[in-house]
Amino acid sequence: MDIPLSYYLCLSAVLFVVGTAGVLTRRNAIVVFMCIELMLNSVNLTLIAFSSFLGSITGQVLVFFAMAVAASEAAVGLAIVIAIYRNRQTVDIDKINILKW
Amino acid sequence: MESLVFFFLAAFAVTTAVLMVLQRSPLVSAIYLIANFFALAALYLLLRAQLLAVLQIVVYTGAIMVLVVFVIMLLNLGEEARVHTRIAIRTWVAIVLAAGLLSEIVYVFVLSGTPAEGTTLPPAAESLGTVESMGGALFGAFLLPFEITSLLLLVSILGAVVLAKKKG
Repeated sequence: MDIPLSYYLCLSAVLFVVGTAGVLTRRNAIVVFMCIELMLNSVNLTLIAFSSFLGSITGQVLVFFAMAVAASEAAVGLAIVIAIYRNRQTVDIDKINILKW
Repeated sequence: MESLVFFFLAAFAVTTAVLMVLQRSPLVSAIYLIANFFALAALYLLLRAQLLAVLQIVVYTGAIMVLVVFVIMLLNLGEEARVHTRIAIRTWVAIVLAAGLLSEIVYVFVLSGTPAEGTTLPPAAESLGTVESMGGALFGAFLLPFEITSLLLLVSILGAVVLAKKKG
């Protein structure tokens, strides 16, 4: 019964950092995208933990909106990946550097 | 009992997240991420957020990850080339940055003090995450953001169609 709030916060911190490490090291655009989803989810866990421990619904409503934003982000992001793949035949983010100066 | 469940789920979530980052095949990464989402949904249930636990499975594993797996299979992506054969320094920079970020977050969360309510779930939490109370909040105080969300989804549908469409 007694799981302190800090345990949830530490778990979500660890998940967030794993996602960050994935974004920094991986080169496949879709895997980078999945790591960003992992980071979003760890923040959702933080929000739900605070919401439950403080007895306020606002955090859970915010997670609801975050899920809607993540869904639209997935749709648009994957459409961009498909468009890039159609033009360049690769999703390697080291080779997609036309926006670099 | 509940802390046993928590530690099992936490270990499961961290393990699947690490394996997801370490896997070189994008499809296997996606499957580990789906497992991670299931663990997170169970953690939401532990926090008495029933509706969000269901939505986590329906929206994330049911919709978003199916889309991701679909795109991976559509593009027929092979395994990623090894990172350290080309840029070893990037891995080290990532590890150092991630370790620094982790220590910073844990410092803020733990050492600088948590809220006084942070030891046990308050009794109010039991009925907080039900469909009834979430619906009351969404159609009451948060009605305007809720309606704007529908606009956001509409725009993203249009954007996805326009971006992925073949030219001409």
